[in-house]
Amino acid sequence: MNVLQAWLDQPGVTIVLVGTLVGVAASLLGTFLVLRRESMLSDAISHSVLLGIVVVYLLTGTLDTPLHVVGAALAGLATVWLTDVLVRSRRVKSDAAIGLVFPALFAVAVLLINLYARDVHLDTDAVLLGEIAFAWLDVVRVGALEVARSLVTMLVVTLVNLAFVVLLYKELKLATFDPQLAAALGLRPALLGYALLGLVSVSAVGAFDAVGAILFVAFVIVPPTAAYLLTDRLWRMLTLGCLIAVGSSLGGYAFARAYDVSIGGAMASATGVFLLLALLLGKHGVLARAWRRRSPTAPPFAELGAEGRP
Amino acid sequence: MTTMAQVTNATGMHEPSYALHVEDLTASYSGSAVLWDVDLNVPPGVLAAIVGPNGAGKSTLLKCVIGAVRPAAGHVYVFGRPYRRQRHRVAYVPQRTSVDWDFPTTALDVVTMGLYGRLGWLRQPRRRETDEALEALAMVGMDAYGERQISQLSGGQQQRVFLARALVQDADLYLMDEPFAGVDATTERAIVELLKDLRGRGKTVVAVHHDLQTVSTYFDWLALLNVRLIAQGPVREVYTAEHLRAAYGPRVVLLNAGAEQPGSAAAAPAAVDAGERRAPPLD
Repeated sequence: MNVLQAWLDQPGVTIVLVGTLVGVAASLLGTFLVLRRESMLSDAISHSVLLGIVVVYLLTGTLDTPLHVVGAALAGLATVWLTDVLVRSRRVKSDAAIGLVFPALFAVAVLLINLYARDVHLDTDAVLLGEIAFAWLDVVRVGALEVARSLVTMLVVTLVNLAFVVLLYKELKLATFDPQLAAALGLRPALLGYALLGLVSVSAVGAFDAVGAILFVAFVIVPPTAAYLLTDRLWRMLTLGCLIAVGSSLGGYAFARAYDVSIGGAMASATGVFLLLALLLGKHGVLARAWRRRSPTAPPFAELGAEGRP
Repeated sequence: MTTMAQVTNATGMHEPSYALHVEDLTASYSGSAVLWDVDLNVPPGVLAAIVGPNGAGKSTLLKCVIGAVRPAAGHVYVFGRPYRRQRHRVAYVPQRTSVDWDFPTTALDVVTMGLYGRLGWLRQPRRRETDEALEALAMVGMDAYGERQISQLSGGQQQRVFLARALVQDADLYLMDEPFAGVDATTERAIVELLKDLRGRGKTVVAVHHDLQTVSTYFDWLALLNVRLIAQGPVREVYTAEHLRAAYGPRVVLLNAGAEQPGSAAAAPAAVDAGERRAPPLD
């Protein structure tokens, strides 16, 4: 136990572990958001959950309650629902609808903070950027150990997301690929969609304290997108997305230490480096396409010109 | 109009003699009616085509049957019971273009999805399901392509994968949305054979179709739809100039006046809307 405690007492270990957990939790869900072409919903949700947190604070008078998770999840789902309503009106496209809804909810949250909660630790900079460098300062006791609060939170969130994706793998896959068949088979794709986005909201709140909205959104979108360029199997895309998230946390932290820059910023940038590499070197990347175009005698699926047997 | 009491028998079944029975169905998107008071009765064992112009509500009708679109009014019965109690007896083939073929999965995996309903929540497909999916792929001549990523298949091959996914469900009623859209001639012939094979095994097929020229050769039962139901029944009775004009409007060009006489469908009159042919419907 003492060895473990000594290990956890190093700020670097906590920072990298929190970054890793946020990355894994985010890219597990992000894989499905990217495939549903709804990745920007994560951006919307991670902003509007602030409204849920503020409202719960104003109702309970404290920031220290698990009700925040409920409030945030509700605010996230409200974002999704309002976006849906706007899109269904057929007057607004989905990207514009997202752009209308979340700034409105975020603005209300900021107004409420300024009007009624000026003296509380809820400043908007921290919400957007977080401060992962201080993640190790706020500790809680878990058994005989003193562990960073955000590490515990993110461990729980990551395990919940992992269970969700593993147990409902086939349901999520079908609801993402062909929601109409999922509905026809009675597998409730709409409900599953709300569950997915509800978990995105909860993860956003969990990630919030530690890494802020921007790094969370980067982890939701970038590792799955990079993985998508590297493979054409869903389970591999999930695995690669997680590995890229872990690599980005480690690489980003090392870079930030070496050059004395923002740790969260370096981690976000690291995901971008992986995306760039995947874009250049992946099997669906730029180089692979160019190579295929230049060698028409040896395309990988030349025989497809002919039809399969009747 | 018969009342519920008259047509509902002691077993709680409603019009059980029909494979598909649609009653007073009305559906709308953002205020405008897509389907208006549609009554449809498809007897078991037929190959039925739902035909009509763009925006006639053909796809919406199928989606109302499977509950993907909530109707504003009306009821749907499959073999005498509501759809949700008959899911295992119905296989649905959506339009090929309704899904993203760049999705990271294989042809075999897509076919296996047809068994997700039988598996139910939380249970993952195993060897048995994979074997059944491979068998279904073989039935459409695609067993050699099982491990291929689906974007690397031609349009016709993708449609066959979708049909294999319906076959693996071993249903009694097959609902197909434009199964012939954008497929090559070889696949079109293969699908026709498949439909006849299904009919031979006593299955019922209801397909949205847009090619008036092939209706009477491919199908034996026809429903003409243009928001309202224009006519329904055996092809040779329904496929008349009068009905086609009612469905498509006076612009419909009848290449063969023989279509005027009921019962002359065997002469294959080609009733073609010129504009329609240049721009195949995508609804």
